[in-house]
Amino acid sequence: MALFAASAQQEAVAAPIQHRFDPYEDNGGTILSIAGADFSVIAGDTRQSQGYNIQTRYARKVWQLTDKVVLATNGFAADGANFVKKVKQRLEWYENAHQKQMSIKSIARMIQTMLYAKRFFPYYVYNILGGIEEDGTGAVYSFDPVGSYEREACRAAGAAQSLIQPFLDNQIYFRNQTFPADQPKPIPGNLPLGTVLGLVIDSFTSATERHIEVGDGLEMYVVMAKGRAVDDLTSKGALPEGVVVEELGPLGEGGGERTFLVRRTLKRD
Amino acid sequence: MNHHPAAWGQPLTAHQQFDMYSTNPMGMSAPRSAHSHGPVQNTQWPLVTGTSVIGIKYEGGVMLAADNLASYGSLARFRDIERLHALGTHTILGVAGDMSDFQYLKKELDGLLREEETLTLTDAHPPLSPNNLYTFLANLFYARRNKINPLWNACLVGGWDFKKDESFLGYVDLLGTTYTAPTLATGFGAHIAQPLLREAYEAKAGVDLEGRPGADGRLLTAEEAEAVIDDCMKVLYYRDARSINKYQVARVTKDGVSISESKSSETEWMYAEGLRGYGGQTQ
Amino acid sequence: MFRNSYDSDNTTFSPQGKLHQVEYALEAVKQGSAAIGLRSKTHAVLLTLKRSTGELATYQKKLIRIDDHVGIAIAGLTSDARVLSNSMRQQAMQSRMLYGRPIPVARIVQTIADKAQNNTQIYGRRPYGVGFLVIGEDETGPHLYEFSPSGTAFEYYAHSIGARSQSAKTYLEKNFESFETSDLPALINHGLSALADTLQQDKHLTTLNTSIAIIGPASAEIEQASSGAARRGYFRVWENDDIDGLLRSWRRSRGEPEDGPQEETAAEAEVAAAGEEAAAAAPAPVAETEQAAGGDDVEMQ
Repeated sequence: MALFAASAQQEAVAAPIQHRFDPYEDNGGTILSIAGADFSVIAGDTRQSQGYNIQTRYARKVWQLTDKVVLATNGFAADGANFVKKVKQRLEWYENAHQKQMSIKSIARMIQTMLYAKRFFPYYVYNILGGIEEDGTGAVYSFDPVGSYEREACRAAGAAQSLIQPFLDNQIYFRNQTFPADQPKPIPGNLPLGTVLGLVIDSFTSATERHIEVGDGLEMYVVMAKGRAVDDLTSKGALPEGVVVEELGPLGEGGGERTFLVRRTLKRD
Repeated sequence: MNHHPAAWGQPLTAHQQFDMYSTNPMGMSAPRSAHSHGPVQNTQWPLVTGTSVIGIKYEGGVMLAADNLASYGSLARFRDIERLHALGTHTILGVAGDMSDFQYLKKELDGLLREEETLTLTDAHPPLSPNNLYTFLANLFYARRNKINPLWNACLVGGWDFKKDESFLGYVDLLGTTYTAPTLATGFGAHIAQPLLREAYEAKAGVDLEGRPGADGRLLTAEEAEAVIDDCMKVLYYRDARSINKYQVARVTKDGVSISESKSSETEWMYAEGLRGYGGQTQ
Repeated sequence: MFRNSYDSDNTTFSPQGKLHQVEYALEAVKQGSAAIGLRSKTHAVLLTLKRSTGELATYQKKLIRIDDHVGIAIAGLTSDARVLSNSMRQQAMQSRMLYGRPIPVARIVQTIADKAQNNTQIYGRRPYGVGFLVIGEDETGPHLYEFSPSGTAFEYYAHSIGARSQSAKTYLEKNFESFETSDLPALINHGLSALADTLQQDKHLTTLNTSIAIIGPASAEIEQASSGAARRGYFRVWENDDIDGLLRSWRRSRGEPEDGPQEETAAEAEVAAAGEEAAAAAPAPVAETEQAAGGDDVEMQ
């Protein structure tokens, strides 16, 4: 017994030399997407960190893929950036072959395939895909790093997922809310744009207060269904002070869905 | 030491107990696994290493600095190594981490630039920009990490971007992680120098959402930038045990790259009698 | 069958110093319908004459996007063009991925020229049966190149390839000095005039047989403002209804009736009259009858 204990101890001393290369890193930050009836909001903060170090205050995590699809990535930044690059490559070949942009439904399935193809050396990335479905409804698809996915009304991922998702469950899915007998529980995914943007901003400002890895800047991409009025975004006073709206021109033929980039600052401490 | 909350209250990892003062690789042999003819073993740790590289954008250019030391564990092994390397006419590369991997990088990049130059002779197309070289490096590092055979470095790339008519500054490391910012520092410098650099930069420029100078913010002048760089290199020399008081500063402007001769900081090592907390006084 | 004993082997010189298979490949290019390319200080444009194999067939596309900043017009074997354009797309994407840089136009053209040259030196291979006009824009400005199956790639101010392209060349040679400073609408009008010169007697440029590709800043008066590619000055193709306006303004510039020559032939008029009774039974003619302008070979475009 004593002999055994001694050798076990020696093992413990010998083992530490195994100082192995870890190919992963967590770069913090948070992403969030909420679908409306005829729009979709996809948002992310712009901080990139490693442990206690803020690497940069501006690194994008949200990417416009097509005229009606936007992708947010979170997790290991290098994997995220390279995954988005690969997705965009595939979309370009698709467009060359078919003379049209890929639908959100197809992009979602393609992303599953691409993630699962690296099942045993995964992209350490949580993806949220938002945009407009072929039938004109707002859509959100969320993924885990190895490709499981589903369509939802909303999803938060990343460092502050545990702070934001319960809030969304309450505000979007109306969980733990009671409604009077004469007022039925609303169907999730039908809130007006102003309300949704308010929820997104509140989610991020709150997460910034309580999570060290969230902050610096907020980018919210808003994809509007074809023919939808946009004055609830662009008209004067539609948005709170300090929020800047910019329309991103179409990538393809145009004349259909419209995408806007809405920015504001977050606290930098 | 790992200060992340997840590590609080946890026992030190085996490696930290074993090599708390980073003397690795001195007095060590290669890890002996049960099967010495086991699977292929790629680089597990860096051997001869350079410490921090720091960089800052200023009016009309970008400035990088790195000291001249290549350490072998805690041994100050090579004391006149140049860790700032010009890539073509308007890009500078500063490298921390494994120096043999740095030499490989230099060879690879210089070969690429030579090839590019021959093409330029026939089509007169402008050479690879700082951004192009940075993207290439990021791909190289990420491809190697994907093979679990990393180039054990953290690099800063500085340069002048003629298309945007502004300076460029970017970071890339052994994981393929990339980011750009107006001030950057690798390794120990990220803790020691980066706060000083940011403070100096933001005091003048402010920062907007995209990490660019605010609307009416102006950048530091070359002189101001060099002053803060010198200050950072001094503090790093005081606080980083793997540093040396001999460093170079490189600048890239519209007119090209210039790398300074090695220089030293004025240091003060006297007993800090008058300093609260060190001297004889009790308050 | 053989013209002479140096025909069958691609890699052996004839005593006259020619590679016959290469020369035949150049003939294949001439059998394809015409493609015109021209450039100014700010723009590069391609214009092509499309063929259809019959009234029930669509017109075969002759313009291919390679990247945002590069596109080609083809004349010759469509299937060879597909292989080469795929290779160009890969090259272009590799440059974007590896360096984040749009590939310099001269270099992407050189890569396919090298591929073509390779075929002329390896036993058992055949040259490509297709020629390209390549337009592109890079840091040195807009460019126009010709790629030919012989493995050469030359740069031009203006050029034409394909069937009856000599007529277009004559027009271009007479006018090219003004191209440099032309604005986009003027450049396109020159291109259409050159393209019209390649038409057979009694044939005309129509929205169905004409297609135009542009690289360079969009011109609000002639282009669809909504197109993302046009807004960014990227390679874009206009054809069918989208070029009606372009054809009209071209005709106007030549003092011709804006609606173009009314081509309703006697036969068509009869069909139209008879069609009223037979409308339910017989399919109406799909389009104006603009038939193959050169050979009738299906894969020659």
